[in-house]
Amino acid sequence: MLAFWILAPIMVAAALGLLFARKAVHAALALAVVMISLAVLYAVQDAPFLFAVQIIVYTGAILMLFLFVLMLVGVDASDSIIETIRGQRIASILVGLTFAALLVLGVAQVSFGTVIGLGKANEGGNVPAVAKILFTRYVFAFEVTSALLITAALGAMVLAHRERLTPKPTQAALAAQRMRDYAATGKHPGPLPPPGVFARHNAVDTPALLPDGTAAPGSISRVLAARGTVKSAPEIAEEIKALTGEDSTVSGSAHTEGEG
Amino acid sequence: MSLVPSSLAALHSGAPVVHAASADGVFSLLWLVVALPALGAAVLLLGGRRTDRWGHWLGVGTVAVSFLLSLVLFFALVGRDSGDRQVSQHLWTWFTAGKYTVNLDLLYDQLSAVFLLLITGVGGIIHLYSVGYMEHDERRRRFFGYLNLFVASMLTLVLAADYVGVFLGWEGVGLASYLLIGFWQYKPSAAAAAKKAFVINRVGDIGLSLGSALIFVTFGSTSFAVVSANADKASSGTLTAIGLLLLLAACGKSAQFPLQTWLLDAMEGPTPVSALIHAATMVTAGVYLIVRSNFIFSLTEDARTGVVIVGCITLLMGAIIGCAKDDIKKALAGSTMSQIGYMILAAGLGPAGYALAIFHLLTHGFFKANMFLGAGSVMHGTNDDVNMRHYGALQKAMPVTFVTFAIGYLAIIGVPPFAGFWSKDRIIETAFADNFVVGLCALVGAGITAFYMTRLMLMTFVTEQRWEPDVHPHESPRVMTIPLIALAALSALGGFLILNGWITDWLAPVVGTHEEKSLAIGALGMSLVTLVVVAIGIAIAWTFFGRRAVPREAPTQVSVFTRAARAELYGDAFNEEVIVKPGYTGIRGLSVFDGSFVDGIAEGTASAFGGMSSWFRLAQNGFVRSYALAVLSGAALVLLALLAVNFS
Amino acid sequence: MSATPFIVLSAILFTIGCLGVLTRRNAIVVFMSVELMLNASNLALVTFSRANGNLEGQIAAFFVMVVAAAEVVVGLAIIMTIFRTRRSASVDDASLLKY
Repeated sequence: MLAFWILAPIMVAAALGLLFARKAVHAALALAVVMISLAVLYAVQDAPFLFAVQIIVYTGAILMLFLFVLMLVGVDASDSIIETIRGQRIASILVGLTFAALLVLGVAQVSFGTVIGLGKANEGGNVPAVAKILFTRYVFAFEVTSALLITAALGAMVLAHRERLTPKPTQAALAAQRMRDYAATGKHPGPLPPPGVFARHNAVDTPALLPDGTAAPGSISRVLAARGTVKSAPEIAEEIKALTGEDSTVSGSAHTEGEG
Repeated sequence: MSLVPSSLAALHSGAPVVHAASADGVFSLLWLVVALPALGAAVLLLGGRRTDRWGHWLGVGTVAVSFLLSLVLFFALVGRDSGDRQVSQHLWTWFTAGKYTVNLDLLYDQLSAVFLLLITGVGGIIHLYSVGYMEHDERRRRFFGYLNLFVASMLTLVLAADYVGVFLGWEGVGLASYLLIGFWQYKPSAAAAAKKAFVINRVGDIGLSLGSALIFVTFGSTSFAVVSANADKASSGTLTAIGLLLLLAACGKSAQFPLQTWLLDAMEGPTPVSALIHAATMVTAGVYLIVRSNFIFSLTEDARTGVVIVGCITLLMGAIIGCAKDDIKKALAGSTMSQIGYMILAAGLGPAGYALAIFHLLTHGFFKANMFLGAGSVMHGTNDDVNMRHYGALQKAMPVTFVTFAIGYLAIIGVPPFAGFWSKDRIIETAFADNFVVGLCALVGAGITAFYMTRLMLMTFVTEQRWEPDVHPHESPRVMTIPLIALAALSALGGFLILNGWITDWLAPVVGTHEEKSLAIGALGMSLVTLVVVAIGIAIAWTFFGRRAVPREAPTQVSVFTRAARAELYGDAFNEEVIVKPGYTGIRGLSVFDGSFVDGIAEGTASAFGGMSSWFRLAQNGFVRSYALAVLSGAALVLLALLAVNFS
Repeated sequence: MSATPFIVLSAILFTIGCLGVLTRRNAIVVFMSVELMLNASNLALVTFSRANGNLEGQIAAFFVMVVAAAEVVVGLAIIMTIFRTRRSASVDDASLLKY
């Protein structure tokens, strides 16, 4: 019961947070709090199976689904606080309060009698007991809900599918486009330069070296370059020298060794 | 019905009971009297143009045969005992509604017998006259159809044994009158006059409907037999009410005050129509109704007083109007109104006067029809001009018309030995015996009658000629003069019905008997006084119209009395101000009320709903979040209901 | 341990989830609020299972989780598709079903 009295205010506060949050992501996080607290309450009420299912399915899958769609729709978008429908806010508050009052009043009048508890029902474990009922009495509903899930997945695929508006470019078309870009802007038609023989790392901030020893410009993210956190070629040379013990500036027969 | 001697069949009040024997022997032909003109009307009106060539002769023929049958039936009735002269023929049961049964029965007694003779006899003569008068009218066949329809309806009215049967005939004659007044439909004045007659008659019909209803409520039946047997069992208030309602009906049909304004306008119809319907028969239906309902009127003093008052007012009114009219037909119409006033007055005097009313009705039928047909003859000779100011000196040009008209004139003013003297004098006598004021009204009326009738005679026949340029008066053809001669003969000799009191004895079993009250100056003295008054009237007329030249245009500088008489004593103006204008205002008010209030409610409801839905639809703003709010609110309501149900 | 506090907590979380659906405009945050509501009901189910002494509630909660997973998959795919065409993930954009 202690758990209940701790969690109940938290849940209500989080629900109110869902109600009042300006940004949608904050609302989603508040909902997550509610759901996890609910899972704990299920556990408190001798429903361990539902505790697990709540966290895995509801919080883990459904809420994540919400967050994914929020990302797609636009994280930055925030609801304006101005209500466009006249009187909606006041009416909703009034009706909502009335509704809550009526519900609480009704519940307070009812006496549930002594709580029987799930001690006897959970004999042999909650999960086997649930399984027993689920696969005997409610097996038909179970099969139907599985059909429902398949239908929902198919439906989502159909709805989210985007039709191609233009035909898929073929290999020849892509090559031709590359040549056109090179002719127009001088963009390098070939693939990006590989790291090469003198590559020491495949880290993001280590540029690839061209045959003449200069750094290939396309191998580094321009963000890093703008930040100036890119390793310069002399630094790399120092490293290589430290590793092989040879001076890379000596031209001659530079036979590679596979160390490093 | 068994044969019951009249002594047992009378009530202890003296009013007779209708207790008729069944119609066997020659009386079984009674229905034919009505059926023949009805059949004639049906053939002529439904047959169409095919019947045009011989239609008028069929019309004359049906009425002639009905007249012969009436004569046969009359003599058969004369041959029976005086207590046994009521015969009833059951035709069929019209309808039954619960305990109320109305049979279409024909009642033939002394009263109906004289009416039958009058209607078919004078009607037949006028039918013959119309053959010549309407010769140049292309719708003559239709005219005879309507005339036959009228005769059939009038016969139904006088032969019915039930108030509902009377109502059937009553409406039929009203319809025929409308059709005939408006016969020349293309004349707007004729159409308006027909409508006016019908509408004012309708007001009177309310009296007959309500009266019949009240009779039914009181006695449980509307047949004369039942009502007359139980009349003394009803309260006097009820009897007075019934009497006054029947008086209202009589006023409408007989053009008595206050429903008199239609009669002068009815002269728009062809002259035979004026003669038959608006002189001899239809306008006398009111008198018939009152006399037939004598078992009711004899028991209520108040209703009779009402009848007498109406009669007095109308006889003076009609006489005054007749004095100032230049249209010969309108003058004769005013005279008709006045003479029927005499009949109504007599009928209101109770058992003393019923028989006299019928007697005057018969003689009036003769001389008024005579004079109307004479007027038609005059119009025929002067290119249908009705203005007496364009007549004058017609006695040389139309001698037969002059002589027959003169006989009618002498009859109406009451010069012995012509018919009018006998009937009108008896009425004046009985009036004086009842009440001095009533008698005085009747006497003064006789004087005014002499005045305007002499004026009419002088302007038409005696004074210098004032003819229009293209008028060449000539005598009418024989088909028109022979009826004139026949009617003149009846006007001359009709008075002998009173010899030995035949007519009063004849009708006594129907209307009851009375104690003869003799006057202080005696009957002969009364007649002399009346003749003096008549002579004064003739002298005044001679002074104004015989001695001085009659102007061709009606003078405009006249006394207020003449103006009032020309305006028919403001009867039309009164109706217009008191009834028509408030009626229009009321209807306009109602229509405004309907348009604004009632329609306003209907349209208002519709637009309210439209407005409400316009307001509600704003809730559909398209935003999902608003709809979600609505869902949550609904859920909260459901919760509330659940909590209320479970924890209350 | 009595069951009532857990149910009350579940009710509160559910209401906060409702308010989130009603008030937020970002489609994904609305979806997250819906998930919160589902989780709240799962808590209630597990509590009832404990109160009644059988595992039916836990089985029900399990199925809710599976179905929620399927629903999230499809829902997010839809949101992504809409975002691709409209470049906006606002819930208020779909407002044509109006008067």
